[in-house]
Amino acid sequence: MFKIISAVIGRDLKLAMRRQADIVSAVFFFIIVVSLFPLGIGPEPDLLRKLAPGVLWVAALLATMLSLPRLFADDHRDGTLEQLALAPHPLGLVVTGKVIAHWLVSGLPLALIAPVLGLQFDLSTDALVVLTGAILLGTPALSGIGAIGAALTLGLRGGGVLLSLLVLPLYIPVLIFGAGAVDATVSGLGGEGHLSLLAALTFASLGFAPWASAAALKIALE
Amino acid sequence: MKDRFNLYRFASPATFYPLAGKLIPWFVALSVVFGLAGLYLGMLVAPTDFQQGEGYRIIFIHVPASWMSMFIYLVMAGWAAIGLAFNTRLSGMMAQALAPTGALMAFLSLWTGALWGKPMWGAWWVWDARLTSELILLFLYIGYMALTAAIDDQRRADKAGGLLLLVGVVNVPIIYFSVKWWNTLHQGSSVNLTKSSMAETMLWGMLLMALCFWMYSIAVALMRVRTIMLERERHTDWVRAELGANSSGAAK
Amino acid sequence: MLEADNLECVRGERRLFAGLGFKLEAGELLYLQGRNGAGKTSLLRMLIGLLPPEAGEIRWKGQSIKSDDFRADLCYLGHLNAIKEELTPLENLLAAARLADEELSEDDAIDALEQVGLAGREDLACKYLSQGQKRRVALARLVKERRPLWVLDEPFVALDVAAVDWLAGIISGHLQRGGLAVMTTHQLVDIPAGTVRELRLS
Repeated sequence: MFKIISAVIGRDLKLAMRRQADIVSAVFFFIIVVSLFPLGIGPEPDLLRKLAPGVLWVAALLATMLSLPRLFADDHRDGTLEQLALAPHPLGLVVTGKVIAHWLVSGLPLALIAPVLGLQFDLSTDALVVLTGAILLGTPALSGIGAIGAALTLGLRGGGVLLSLLVLPLYIPVLIFGAGAVDATVSGLGGEGHLSLLAALTFASLGFAPWASAAALKIALE
Repeated sequence: MKDRFNLYRFASPATFYPLAGKLIPWFVALSVVFGLAGLYLGMLVAPTDFQQGEGYRIIFIHVPASWMSMFIYLVMAGWAAIGLAFNTRLSGMMAQALAPTGALMAFLSLWTGALWGKPMWGAWWVWDARLTSELILLFLYIGYMALTAAIDDQRRADKAGGLLLLVGVVNVPIIYFSVKWWNTLHQGSSVNLTKSSMAETMLWGMLLMALCFWMYSIAVALMRVRTIMLERERHTDWVRAELGANSSGAAK
Repeated sequence: MLEADNLECVRGERRLFAGLGFKLEAGELLYLQGRNGAGKTSLLRMLIGLLPPEAGEIRWKGQSIKSDDFRADLCYLGHLNAIKEELTPLENLLAAARLADEELSEDDAIDALEQVGLAGREDLACKYLSQGQKRRVALARLVKERRPLWVLDEPFVALDVAAVDWLAGIISGHLQRGGLAVMTTHQLVDIPAGTVRELRLS
């Protein structure tokens, strides 16, 4: 079981490393979106501090959306997806590997860059730590839930927009608990409750989403 | 629910089509009867609310619409589960036939909510947990309809849509819970529709309106599923016979 | 070994075939023939279990092909090459074997690539190869492939004469070892060994 998951992760990471431009552009998208907000609402530090968690999280959702359509589309186009579906292990395990690989190249860079962007919004050190932790904990759920949407819209015209329409409403709990964790820290309530709910969401979606995505992929391959 | 068992036995479109045709007038009639009775009770008999005045009467539309919007989503998910488990053709058609009605109900609920909100809280929109959840439900309906519309192959559309419905139905409680949590944390104005002790006539009015909406939804869904059947099965003999009989009947 | 019973295929609104059945034993090759759109590829996708038939059943060794065991006996080569442009031919072969849960050593992979005429190009990313060469990378999988059932969709397309002969030899070897093969093709290629059956879809 771990053999196949690690084989998929290894292959996807190798492919991602040979196409680094994709990772870099998603990260810069994140940076640009976050940097646009102060320009839109003004530079008052109090206001920015209040908005920071929400802005960073919404930008993280959008940046994740950006890389989702390619999660299965490349493998579908060159026929590799058929081969993966025909391998003797359950397709859900393959998808688990792909989701983890997706997180490593999309969610993880966002978490690493988020504290720097938090500084632009004058967040305190505590808040920055919680923000990074929340993004680290929450983004795997984004990759997992997103995989379902990517599998359902595989090969459809207008797939990218449709994917956002399907997936963004399902992202709402992650957004609420993720941004809520930072909010609660800023207001002195402590973000542990939010963070543990976020972790629960991530575990639930990593357990459930790959199998739903696998079912969707089989439908798409018919 | 009894209705659904019947439908399940009549899962073949060729038998279901004429049955649905016979049932539709009944559901329409029942819907009109319940609707008139419910409106009479709600608009004329029910007492004026001492806090909210006459404006509260919109709940006779608002509450049943909200109920229906949630219930229809559950029914669609039920059809989706049947369809994915037993691979029946009718299930996908029923889910697709119900979706526009469900979306309409969600929209109606939001719209009447806004109309009600203006005199009550002085704002068209409040980020109340229920209204927000209803909005997200509307997004889910729209997502389902957009997905099934984007897939040309009907069989794949049914299956993919069904899977999305099941994913959605798992997520709806999580979304509702998180929105509620968010709402209490931010201490937004939480509005409880059933807070005020309700007069008995109000309750009856609401129930009758709910029945009216229920009958309406069934009637409209059956009409829509008949159209979908004709469209999808237009190359089969029974549809040709059906259409042939109709057109010759019209020519006479 | 491979049995198909009473298969029916509906694509969109068209019924492509119905009541189709055949039996294939060890060492036998089945050629699927028919016009474009007759349902050859659909039948192949049914045989590998990707497309559920509208009616009928397919059995492998007496068991329904829905079980995971079936896929451990199957090698499928579609009209797409299933190779990654960013990876080298060697990496492609090794990755494909790992993902399909097959043992393939690096030496064997290099040997296979030499046989298909890609010696010296093992370490060049596939995007720099020509169409024919990419096809050869895909076919190189078959050299060390020991799974009993091969399902090949148009394997001879885009190959030159020498490569066609080479591939015919590979398929013969597979049949001689007691393997089975099902393939679609427009050009009838003479396979020296094994029993050749034909199935015409109309």
